[in-house]
Amino acid sequence: MAPVLQSSQPWVEKYRPKQVKDVAHQDEVVRVLTNTLETTNCPHMLFYGPPGTGKTTTALAITHQLFGPELYKSRVLELNASDDRGINVVRTKIKNFAAVAVGSGRQGGYPCPPYKIIILDEADSMTEDAQNALRRTMETYSKVTRFFFICNYISRIIEPLASRCAKFRFKPLTEEIMSSRILYICKEEGLHLDSEALSTLSSISQGDLRRAITYLQSAARLFGSAISSKDLISVSGVIPAEVVQALFSACKSGNFDLADKKVSNLIAEGYPVSQMLSQLYDVVVEADDMSDEQKARICKKFAEADKCLIDGADEYLQLLDVASNTMRALCNTSQEFSLGV
Amino acid sequence: MLWVDKYRPKTLDKVLVHQDIAENLKKLVTEQDCPHLLFYGPSGSGKKTLIMAVLRQMFGASADKVKVENKNWKIDAGTRTIDVELTTLSSTHHVELNPSNAGFQDRYVVQEIIKEMAKNRPIDTKGKKGFKVLVLNEVDKLSREAQHSLRRTMEKYSASCRLILCCNSSSKVTEAVRSRCLNMRINAPTEEEIVKVLEFIGKKEGLQLPPEFASRIAQQSNRSLRRAILSFETCRVQQYPFTNNQAIPPMDWEEYVSEIASSILKEQSPKRLFEVRGKLYELLVNCIPPDIILKRLLYELLKKLDSELKHEISHWAAYYEHRLRLGQKAIFHLEAFVAKFMSIYKGFLIETFG
Repeated sequence: MAPVLQSSQPWVEKYRPKQVKDVAHQDEVVRVLTNTLETTNCPHMLFYGPPGTGKTTTALAITHQLFGPELYKSRVLELNASDDRGINVVRTKIKNFAAVAVGSGRQGGYPCPPYKIIILDEADSMTEDAQNALRRTMETYSKVTRFFFICNYISRIIEPLASRCAKFRFKPLTEEIMSSRILYICKEEGLHLDSEALSTLSSISQGDLRRAITYLQSAARLFGSAISSKDLISVSGVIPAEVVQALFSACKSGNFDLADKKVSNLIAEGYPVSQMLSQLYDVVVEADDMSDEQKARICKKFAEADKCLIDGADEYLQLLDVASNTMRALCNTSQEFSLGV
Repeated sequence: MLWVDKYRPKTLDKVLVHQDIAENLKKLVTEQDCPHLLFYGPSGSGKKTLIMAVLRQMFGASADKVKVENKNWKIDAGTRTIDVELTTLSSTHHVELNPSNAGFQDRYVVQEIIKEMAKNRPIDTKGKKGFKVLVLNEVDKLSREAQHSLRRTMEKYSASCRLILCCNSSSKVTEAVRSRCLNMRINAPTEEEIVKVLEFIGKKEGLQLPPEFASRIAQQSNRSLRRAILSFETCRVQQYPFTNNQAIPPMDWEEYVSEIASSILKEQSPKRLFEVRGKLYELLVNCIPPDIILKRLLYELLKKLDSELKHEISHWAAYYEHRLRLGQKAIFHLEAFVAKFMSIYKGFLIETFG
């Protein structure tokens, strides 16, 4: 007999701010958009910034506040990377949607301005051709349609599109704002989180609130209502600091066999090597007792190994190579091999 | 029946090695709020065993009755139709498949076939809505596009379907997929744990197992439980009762690689390189994956080298393994590594001994 599934909503959705003024830490955008709500005048917008800072949330909140639930379906078109967004879609679907004119007039307490909104989420993954096809469409229908572009990297949006929009940068969240949000969720869900776990959560999620909430939910599912910082680390897949330090000190010791043993141990423990590299990188950059040249030599190797890993190279061999290179840099032996290149 | 299968723990309660993980999984399943799961860890660490045990915990004994199906799918991809052949292993509640087998067409497998399976919602005997489980193996071998298509499927059909993903290294799974799953790191069992399992099997089979012998098997197994049990069974066939100093037969291909290693250490010449080529070909013909050959060869060579050479050789091993991954013909890269080694080693010998 198949068990019945309870409807469970991810907390990320459950605690998504519903109103523009609730969006944390992005004062500039919030000010402009509250203004929009009053005057119902709105330019094309381009939101950019790192993941988990509230770009999609803001876009969804403003459209909901402008149109209300009834008109939302007919006035807003939402497309993201998992929908097909090739040039054909731009030419047919977006154009058709943009072309239809709409009337104005307040309905049920919502401003309902006389235009429609098209939200293009993850716009940086659109092809250049598709973006080019949008240029003229944006201008022709600017009377009845506004575009919201959302992306992580503004450099991937072609210049003609970017220059047609008002640009807003979303800053990564600071630790205090993140903590206050997390504490609010903990209170709502009846979780207990001590201050150490809270600071761990802020540091492993690196300013990405969505990631922090996801980790919190997985930890709550696995370990119940009392969550320690160790639980959070095990859920997030971050490698414990002691393990990284152990490898680093093995490299410092200058003993190849010791490093080799540590590396094969790491692989057997199943830690992802790309994660290892980025954490080792943090350790190297912060280390005080190394010269700049040593750091540069080590980081260069990190970059090479990372590329190789993305190409699908073997994790053990790459990590061993990195370890041996780090060891040579730390012990100041020559970088170039004496024989053959 | 092989011991590996005979003593595979069937339920989460009977798991011997990853007891803490099993405990967590049980909590998840009993709360009936099971998220998508991603299991990652080295081979022989027990990912599959845990997955099967979870399924059994969810659906009871009916999850064990599996049938193998070989289906042909016709996929309509705009202008042309594509034929994909796929082997699935399914019970009434779950389907297990290996989407990366479709090679470069894996995107269509994810977009069409998995979507199709995820859409259909099973209804149990009482007419209640249930959910089904899709087990996908080797997700790290899926192409980028296929992984991107997967993330939409995971969200859209999460009401009727749970995905359990299984892979060796989680760095090859995109962040987007990882962040939608509960990640489970399955580490390889330690030698003590392997010894414990071997003792357990020994007791069940009624064998006298000297502790020293057990720990020697564990040492040789490279922390892979499957391999330890297999070699334990081989030893049992070879000689019983066990003695403490009984030889544990190494895998024949490993012996062959160590032969290659010692032969290239003995002489460095084009003639020897030609001989080695024949041996490497033989290993490849016998379906030993080239990266494993290279890794083993490095292991054998490192045992016999000076420490300054070790750095250099391990660098070149990493270099040629990367090349091997990008290229098509494994033999070129393996041979290039051997040639490189010969040149470095010969140069080193001349420098030291004149």
